[in-house]
Amino acid sequence: MNERQVELEILRYDPETDQQPSFQIYLVPCQEDWVVLDAINYVKDNLDRTLSYRWSCHMAVCGSCGMMINGEPALSCKTFLRDLPETIRIEPLANFPIERDLVVVMDDFMNKLGKVKPYLLPREKKAVENGSYLQSPAQLKKFRQYTLCINCTLCYAACPQYAHNEGFVGPAALALAHRYNLDSRDVGRRARQDVVASNEGIWECSFVGACSDVCPEHVDPAGAIQQTKIASTIDYFKDLILPRRD
Amino acid sequence: MSRKPYVRTTSTSSWWLAQPRYIRYMAREVSCILIGAYSAVVVIGLLRLSEGAAAWISFLESLQSPVSIVFHLLALAFALYHTTTWFNVTPKAMPLQFGQTQLPGGVIIGAHYAGWVLVSALILYLVGI
Repeated sequence: MNERQVELEILRYDPETDQQPSFQIYLVPCQEDWVVLDAINYVKDNLDRTLSYRWSCHMAVCGSCGMMINGEPALSCKTFLRDLPETIRIEPLANFPIERDLVVVMDDFMNKLGKVKPYLLPREKKAVENGSYLQSPAQLKKFRQYTLCINCTLCYAACPQYAHNEGFVGPAALALAHRYNLDSRDVGRRARQDVVASNEGIWECSFVGACSDVCPEHVDPAGAIQQTKIASTIDYFKDLILPRRD
Repeated sequence: MSRKPYVRTTSTSSWWLAQPRYIRYMAREVSCILIGAYSAVVVIGLLRLSEGAAAWISFLESLQSPVSIVFHLLALAFALYHTTTWFNVTPKAMPLQFGQTQLPGGVIIGAHYAGWVLVSALILYLVGI
């Protein structure tokens, strides 16, 4: 296999010694079938053991290795070096505080995710011995796409609304709320509306669409948010006409 | 070991220049200014029409100035951009599923274009062209 050398410009930040992050350059000999994560692992194993970053599965399932690659949020395990120029700039995911090197603080996302109640809220809780909740393939198809989210937060790094409005619930959390709202076994829509349909929920989104562009699992959070806007608007008018419904 | 997360700042005025997709988004948003201005021109035209034939003719003459023609061409270009970009994302906002089959996005987009053509044809018919 042909060997090629790439120049990685990696943003480094040590909270114990640095006032601000700065770039460090590493020259990495790489194979044609390498992804960016392979090159970073090469740096860690052979050039600089102090480099910190998150990764786990190396197959676009765990959602840990998201980073800015030449300014674009991407999973480093899914981005091939052969598709990139000789010089590759690698930074921690945008719009999140930097914990250390390429590791970001995800607390804000985790808090917001919890607030939309991203779990099944059934009408009646069933004991395990009473069997499973039944669902037809057509009912599953309505929301299956939104179950594919791996919480990689690339969508938050791409979203200019999240960049400028800290309170924005954000794409992945709103897409997951939509996923449960569409689930035929779930009755939790009203319980989620306080957060989802608030000014800092769906109405903060102006449909830039960058979240869907960068989503590695093609979840299409932007589509989910627009669908929730339509459903919430219909709700609003229904409540006006029939204030005491349900 | 103490934690000291570093918070990066984002420019509030030039962020949209960072990526082509942000520029396309801003172009779509800016289109509302030109469409709003065009609506104002139409309202002014109606007011002039209500003032009589002379006022109406002078309004029509003012539309033929180079500035007016450039403005109308720009407004038309942005209105077309606004319309087509919104039509193209309608399958995302309004997906239609029948049983286990999802209606292809192209059909939803196509229906919007067909509606556009029909409404335009109806308006042209009503104004006698």
